[in-house]
Amino acid sequence: MEQFFFYMFAIAAVVSAVLVISVRNPVHSAFYLIVCFLQVAAIYILLRSPFLAAVQLFIYVGAIMVLFLFAVLVLDIGREQFRERFHGQTVPALAAIAGLFVVMGILVVSGKITAPLGPFDEPALMKNTEVIGKSLYTSYIFPFEIVSILLLIALIGAVVLVMSGQGKENKG
Amino acid sequence: MPAGLNINFYAVMPEILVTALALIVLVLDLFIRKNKAALGWVSVIGLICILPFAAYTNEPYPVFGGTIIADSFSAFFNVIFIIAAIFTILISMDYLRKIGVDRGEYYHIILFATVGMMVMGAANDLINVYVGLELMALSFYILVAYRVKSSRSVEGALKYFVLGALSSGILLYGMSFAYGAAGSTNFMEIAGELGKGDNTYLTLGIILMAVGFGFKIAAVPFHMWSPDVYEGAPTPVTALLSVGSKAAAFAAFLRVFTAAFPAFQADWSSMLWIISAATMIFGAVVAISQRNIVRMLAYSSIAHAGIIMIGLIVFNDTGLAGVAYYLLVYAFMNMGAFTIVALFRNKGRFENIDEYKGLSTTRPLLAFLMALFLLSLAGIPPTGGFAAKFFILSAAIDAKYYWLASIGVVSTAISLFFYAKVIFYMYMKEPDPGAEIAPASGVIYNIVLFCTAVGTVFLGVYPAPFIDMAVKAVRPLLM
Repeated sequence: MEQFFFYMFAIAAVVSAVLVISVRNPVHSAFYLIVCFLQVAAIYILLRSPFLAAVQLFIYVGAIMVLFLFAVLVLDIGREQFRERFHGQTVPALAAIAGLFVVMGILVVSGKITAPLGPFDEPALMKNTEVIGKSLYTSYIFPFEIVSILLLIALIGAVVLVMSGQGKENKG
Repeated sequence: MPAGLNINFYAVMPEILVTALALIVLVLDLFIRKNKAALGWVSVIGLICILPFAAYTNEPYPVFGGTIIADSFSAFFNVIFIIAAIFTILISMDYLRKIGVDRGEYYHIILFATVGMMVMGAANDLINVYVGLELMALSFYILVAYRVKSSRSVEGALKYFVLGALSSGILLYGMSFAYGAAGSTNFMEIAGELGKGDNTYLTLGIILMAVGFGFKIAAVPFHMWSPDVYEGAPTPVTALLSVGSKAAAFAAFLRVFTAAFPAFQADWSSMLWIISAATMIFGAVVAISQRNIVRMLAYSSIAHAGIIMIGLIVFNDTGLAGVAYYLLVYAFMNMGAFTIVALFRNKGRFENIDEYKGLSTTRPLLAFLMALFLLSLAGIPPTGGFAAKFFILSAAIDAKYYWLASIGVVSTAISLFFYAKVIFYMYMKEPDPGAEIAPASGVIYNIVLFCTAVGTVFLGVYPAPFIDMAVKAVRPLLM
């Protein structure tokens, strides 16, 4: 049963991801991206990570997609500019994808790639959020602190790139 | 596992100090309105003070829950990063004024990039490698785009950003396979779990991670971004990109592959063999046809990455020490070459190699130094470049990688051609009568050029103590 749901969500995610890049209208492709993110959130729940699923919904579907739609709105990307941008590379790209599928298929059929569901203990799963919080503040405290610097530099970067376009005029 | 958490602030003191310095510069930027170069001086003096801490921090056991390790390897690389950052900031102060974007953010972004490099060098956990790499990459995206009004700068930054994001994704994908296979992101636990070798998932992870690191060190076929980015970025940033970013990526590359995947050495070294050979040949051959000096140096830096990779492939103590020593020498000689390029390059002038015509009559000292750096890059004795190349190639021969060593020698011979071309223009040709004379070097440039030239020559004439240091630095990797 679980496998059935997994395949359902996985196929929906892949199909919507393909639609994101194949539809002409940028607003439509943003909506397909939401669909794709929702499927991924559902897969997180199947993997017993409700916290990740919730974060996926809040951050990607909520915040990031709204920003995407705002950007589309502000930039007013017309249909004209959203034409084919493949520069005649469709055939090599399709060949590469087909090759990848063949390799993956061989590995799956030959039984080299199998994904058994690892052992997990029920209580840890029940307290998913607590477990994540605990490991973030104990074992992974150092990368956690570095991420705070990362966010600071992202903030500074956004300001630098926007401001330096008009720096001279402001200072006179 | 709070039992083995082992919080030790002394072990991460260099990282803490550089971060603190960056935050101080960030705050000072708000108060210093006129003279932004003062921020550069604060950064440089701060980094010089931090340098001894970085060199002597040696706590050879993992701290912070096993995610980070401040051993002699990370100390050696921290010194390279800090030296590269000091030189970069020194040559930036004048350069920024010249291109008219004399703004304060530049300095603390460089310092944050340095923190990212240091985290990569000291990482003992895949998550730390990734976070450090992203911190460094994000800072570089901003720095490359710093000349927002120049379309080439923006083009380079966009290329770097899109391809960098893609390569980060591939790296992360590889890491997730490694985590799936080993059940841990910690290098020692991965190595312990998979000591027996032969695990398809992990092989897949190793391939994908090699792609991610290959992008950062600009190895063929993941080098596409580097000439455009090097050309578009402000020249001091290009220098830091080619020295610091490459050294950091190599540090993480070495640490991940030797500490986490030693059981798979036969697999990954045969894969890296092909990448290394292709990188050496491609970089050297394509550099010949370049007219732009920065693009020429970009392709030359690709060829160097191929030669440095040999040290990882042979996987013995001389080879790995060769990588560390090579990167130290490279920091000096490449920094020196880029310093002269940064000094001359101005408003579309001194872009091409033929504009260096007759430099030996107009600026004899600068021409001599440029020739010195280029000869060192080409690997001519008695410079540091020769000692480094000799070290790595002899390690390859010791380990019976005769073909790889031969390709390295051929690549070096080809590269001599395009380095000599610049020297030929400087010394054998007369300057064009109407041409503008190359700008003179100021005091700061002289200091940087003096330090890099002394470093380049000293590392070649008396390499023994530094080779000892490099051997000591890589010892933790082979345990």
